[in-house]
Amino acid sequence: MVIQALIDQGVEHIFGYPGGAVLPIYDELFQQEKVEHILVRHEQGAGHAAEGYARSTGKPGVALVTSGPAATNMVTPLTDALMDSIPLVCITGQVPTSLIGSDAFQECDTVGITRPCTKYNWLVRDVNDLARILHEAFVVATTGRPGPVVVDIPKDVQFATGTYHPPKKRTNGDIASSYMGYRPQLKGDPAAIREAVDLIAGAKKPVFYTGGGVVNSGRAASQLLRDLVELTGYPITSTLMGLGAYPASGKNWLGMLGMHGTFEANNAMHDCDVMICVGARFDDRITGRLDAFAPNSKKIHIDIDPSSINKNVHVDIPIVGDIGHVLEDMVRLWRSESKQVDKKALASWWKEIEGWRARHCLDYRANNDVIMPQYAIQRLYQATKGKDTYISTEVGQHQMWAAQFYGFEEPNRWMTSGGLGTMGYGLPAAVGIQVAHRDSLVIDIAGDASVLMTIQEFSTAVQHDLPIKIFILNNKYMGMVRQWQQLLHGNRLSHSYVESQPDFVKLAEAYGGVGLRAKTPAELDDKIDEMIATRQPVIFDCQVVNVENCFPMIPSGEAHNNMLLGESVSDEEVANAIGEEGKMLV
Amino acid sequence: MNAQPAGSAYFFASSSEEPVTHTLSVIVDNEPGVLARVVGLFSGRGYNIESLTVTETEHQKHLSRITIVTTGKPMILDQIKNQLGRMVPVHRVTDLTDTGRPLERELALVKVVGRGDNRVEALRLAEIYEAKVIDATTEHFVFQVTGTSYKVGEFLDIMQHLGMVEVARTGVAAMQRGQEVL
Ligand SMILES: Cc1ncc(C[n+]2csc(CCOP(=O)(O)OP(=O)(O)O)c2C)c(N)n1
Ligand SMILES: [Mg+2]
Repeated sequence: MVIQALIDQGVEHIFGYPGGAVLPIYDELFQQEKVEHILVRHEQGAGHAAEGYARSTGKPGVALVTSGPAATNMVTPLTDALMDSIPLVCITGQVPTSLIGSDAFQECDTVGITRPCTKYNWLVRDVNDLARILHEAFVVATTGRPGPVVVDIPKDVQFATGTYHPPKKRTNGDIASSYMGYRPQLKGDPAAIREAVDLIAGAKKPVFYTGGGVVNSGRAASQLLRDLVELTGYPITSTLMGLGAYPASGKNWLGMLGMHGTFEANNAMHDCDVMICVGARFDDRITGRLDAFAPNSKKIHIDIDPSSINKNVHVDIPIVGDIGHVLEDMVRLWRSESKQVDKKALASWWKEIEGWRARHCLDYRANNDVIMPQYAIQRLYQATKGKDTYISTEVGQHQMWAAQFYGFEEPNRWMTSGGLGTMGYGLPAAVGIQVAHRDSLVIDIAGDASVLMTIQEFSTAVQHDLPIKIFILNNKYMGMVRQWQQLLHGNRLSHSYVESQPDFVKLAEAYGGVGLRAKTPAELDDKIDEMIATRQPVIFDCQVVNVENCFPMIPSGEAHNNMLLGESVSDEEVANAIGEEGKMLV
Repeated sequence: MNAQPAGSAYFFASSSEEPVTHTLSVIVDNEPGVLARVVGLFSGRGYNIESLTVTETEHQKHLSRITIVTTGKPMILDQIKNQLGRMVPVHRVTDLTDTGRPLERELALVKVVGRGDNRVEALRLAEIYEAKVIDATTEHFVFQVTGTSYKVGEFLDIMQHLGMVEVARTGVAAMQRGQEVL
């Protein structure tokens, strides 16, 4: 019945790991061919792979794991998916109903443990509820603000027979949930939309601040965003999660904003008079010091989740609704009323922005002997940009450099752990992406420390012929931690140096993949080309300069217009950049 | 806080606003774990619960009503309502304090042990508070007192001095005035 429900929900791939409490479902899997199962090496890997699959396709990712330790191993990816609004359906096995509560072997309170890290979860006690709950799980995961759900199925319920119902047809506008209270609002309030359009038209120093919600809303939303930017001619920046919704080559693009965002994006945010926030959530990595956040601006906030509105920052015009629906209404209104912007004000605003841009905040010291990490990403980008490429990352400096130096032209091409910042996300995510896009080039831009957290999934890639590329910016440090120790703790590098690294080339070979290594800028391009040409999983050990810092940076507790820039900054400035209060922040 | 920059809608607004107490009525599907979910939201996000009651109120429709008394700055209260509202099994969140002065009642059982003057005094005061004696021996009374939390609190303060040894309170049940229904 479980597999039938998956098939009826259009599921083609699931990521999983078997065990005692899910054997009946695995037995069903064995006897069919419609759903392909990808065997991972650790349940966390199944979760992140499902996330990568979901984020790169727009479809829900599905994971299947057993009870107890398998369920607890899922907690990290579930939390990750909750923070980044990724639709995930996780099916867990549970001990038989009669044993629940008895501390049975491999029993854990899965729904209790996963309650705070899912959008919703269920324990199925009766086989006659199974079909309804499974279908409901897909509805909840994929509608409204997407998120992870867990369906916990005791083993006796898996064995039991009951009547199966196919999913209810979703009629237009209805999400077909049996929860009467669950009716996410798709259309925005017309009055608020009109007010917003008027405010936008009258702006003198406007900026679009967009986020992952645009990507989640679907391709149409990204297109509408592009239309609106084109119609207005206004500058646009985006969060880490929103990269690609507007193309990095677009003429209005300011680059990413936030803690490691560009000088021009952050200054435009600080000085703007109208901020149009589309599917982003005023996270602390974005706002910096709250009392100095865009102090002279009126703010419009479009979000499908009412609880995101006025959470961290008060906004003037909140619009609750799906980004695609709301942008469509805005664009239509803009066109039908032939709205005009204040061309003169806009020209002088762009001039101001050009002034900030002239600071070339991403510049770094070039080096002919050792590979600069930024240079490595630039070369990787040049070598892959015409291709059908998907990028995932781990967490750390390499992640920020990837965001800064890799140009994303399309949505759903950039998979990273934004909200939770999960080291070990990128490799399994790449596995999931490659499953969905067999012929595409899938690259995990990795850190040497992060990649070891889920390295075992390289074995999954080998088993399933998934030619993922793990491009490690190997600085032999937990670079981001080292940078913070330099900033905050007198450069006392407590346990951030990774002693006795494995030989990544041999490691790749040990798993049955291909290992490559580049040590100098001179050999980098050839090695990258070799990696791209390899039709097998590759680990690329790109040895970069060890102690480079990631700039620009808004130090914790500071405002947007108080950035540290890389070129000019001295070690002393770095050491004193963060005030006492800022040190308390993370 | 000090001078607010022109045009800024939010300047650590929360630190200048006083916390207020509101009573919320939340209609939910009576599913297993709903209460844990609501309580988990409050503890996980550091919100206050002053009182929380829950029971099934409409059996056929499988609906329960949760009454929560909570204290927080206005921005936090809005957050609480939005966070509750987006939960899958939640049908409706109504801020009874926003819609008017709600009717709020609580019931407490109060055990008072003693002899002599204290006992007489306890009984006399119980009458003033319209508390009923629902169990008694020559050595003790159990009073049942109902009213606003404030009144119940007052009664307990007094009984404290007259041999109160045990208390059980129900928490607040609340409803808005007038003929409208939630
Ligand atoms: C699971 C987990 N543990 C710890 C951290 C804290 N952390 C953030 S970045 C980082 C260092 C990452 O090092 P590496 O992968 O080598 O990347 P680099 O910064 O050197 O590019 C650490 C330990 C985290 N984000 N996730
Ligand atoms: Mg590193």
